[in-house]
Amino acid sequence: MFLTDYIATFGRYLQLMWRVLAIPERWRMFGREYIKEMANLGVDSIGIVMLISFFIGAVICIQIKLNIASPWMPAWTTGYTTREIMLLEFSSSIMCLILAGKVGSNIASEIGTMKVTQQIDALEIMGVNSASFVILPKILGLITMIPFLVIFSAAMGFIGAYATSFVGIINFDDITAGLQHEFNQWYVWMSLIKSLFFAFIISSVAAFYGYTVEGGSFDVGKASTNAVVSSSILILFSDIFLTKILS
Amino acid sequence: MIELRDIHKSFDGRAVLKGIDAVFEDGKTNLIIGQSGSGKTVLMKNIVGLYIPSSGQVLYDGRDINDMTKKEKALIHREMGMIFQAAALFDSMSVLENVMFPLDMFSDMNEADRIKRAKYCLSRVNLDGTESKFPGELSGGMQKRAAIARAIALNPKYLFCDEPNSGLDPKTSIVIDQLIHSITAEYKMTTVVNTHDMNSVMGIGEKIIFLAGGKKEWEGTKDDIMSSTNETLNSFIFASDLFRKVKEANK
Repeated sequence: MFLTDYIATFGRYLQLMWRVLAIPERWRMFGREYIKEMANLGVDSIGIVMLISFFIGAVICIQIKLNIASPWMPAWTTGYTTREIMLLEFSSSIMCLILAGKVGSNIASEIGTMKVTQQIDALEIMGVNSASFVILPKILGLITMIPFLVIFSAAMGFIGAYATSFVGIINFDDITAGLQHEFNQWYVWMSLIKSLFFAFIISSVAAFYGYTVEGGSFDVGKASTNAVVSSSILILFSDIFLTKILS
Repeated sequence: MIELRDIHKSFDGRAVLKGIDAVFEDGKTNLIIGQSGSGKTVLMKNIVGLYIPSSGQVLYDGRDINDMTKKEKALIHREMGMIFQAAALFDSMSVLENVMFPLDMFSDMNEADRIKRAKYCLSRVNLDGTESKFPGELSGGMQKRAAIARAIALNPKYLFCDEPNSGLDPKTSIVIDQLIHSITAEYKMTTVVNTHDMNSVMGIGEKIIFLAGGKKEWEGTKDDIMSSTNETLNSFIFASDLFRKVKEANK
């Protein structure tokens, strides 16, 4: 029963995506919506991403210094480990889990409200492909903005790590040495590639839950929660496969 | 002209519409009336193509909407305007942007002409000065009028109104009814209104279809209602003391 429900839901998701990935009817209108969504989903998330990344970068640095570093290990270990954690996991996967909460619930509740207040029906009556008009700019908007969020997140994590040197926890030069030690450029690309997949998962799954809402405000809230839970689980699962494939 | 032929619609084996036949003529305000749950909204959704009938045909000038290609369907939808129960204005857009939306999507006018047309439509429904307001800043009646302005922006051939007076006071309801009626005559549209508001029935009902239990129980004009002997219709129309007294006075 559970399996058939899951397959049926996945089938409906694919059907919706088939409608979403249509050529826009009016490029002028699509462009307007696309820019709006980049601002709404991407630019408006910069603040929270930078704030969280700064503190996580600082905390990772402090924890490693206090719990792992020893006289037997090189002084650059703390900076090096902080860099690897930020680049390989935090700035892509964990940051996207955070965005699944912020952006995912936003998309699901916005589209869900449009559905229950018949705004989606109004689009259909006008002869507009509502799925494509409403969802496609959100998916492409988030995919466009996510690499910038990943870069901002990593950069703020490093700044957070540096900030700990100002409170005397670690030496500034040791962090610099650690951040520069055996730097592998591919890790940055890996982080960016993973984030693109996660951005698609967040926006499309949230849009699916919003678009298929039936009922009222209670159901919109439920759809919003389901969107966050489902996209978080999918991000975690796909993280394993993507890490394996890209490493 | 819109013609319905033997429309049936079921959900999970439960029949909601049971063989509806009707003709909605051009330039007339056609009303579908009936109690809540009688199938009015489902019938309207079948007419506009939001639902596909389980069986039967919905003919627009002789062509079945459900036999049309995707492209033909999109074109016929562009000839439709619809006013929803909750107005269904786009929250994220101003009133002017809402009215301009169909023009932005489907017309080849330049921006100045689109703005001019949208402002004309707003003035037609007496909403001058609300261009920059958002739907949330408007009263229920103003939202309905903005929805009418959006619906007529592309000069539609068909206008559909799903309970346009729902949630409005009697005076505002009359304003909305008269607006729908006058616009129908002005643009020679085929207008179909779902309602259970008796003021609308007696005010603008040029042709009325009464649904009960998913079937067409009665058909006629507002004048025919007074002399109708259909018990189901009479128990619905003359449920209130006021209308019973009006009927008595007319005898």
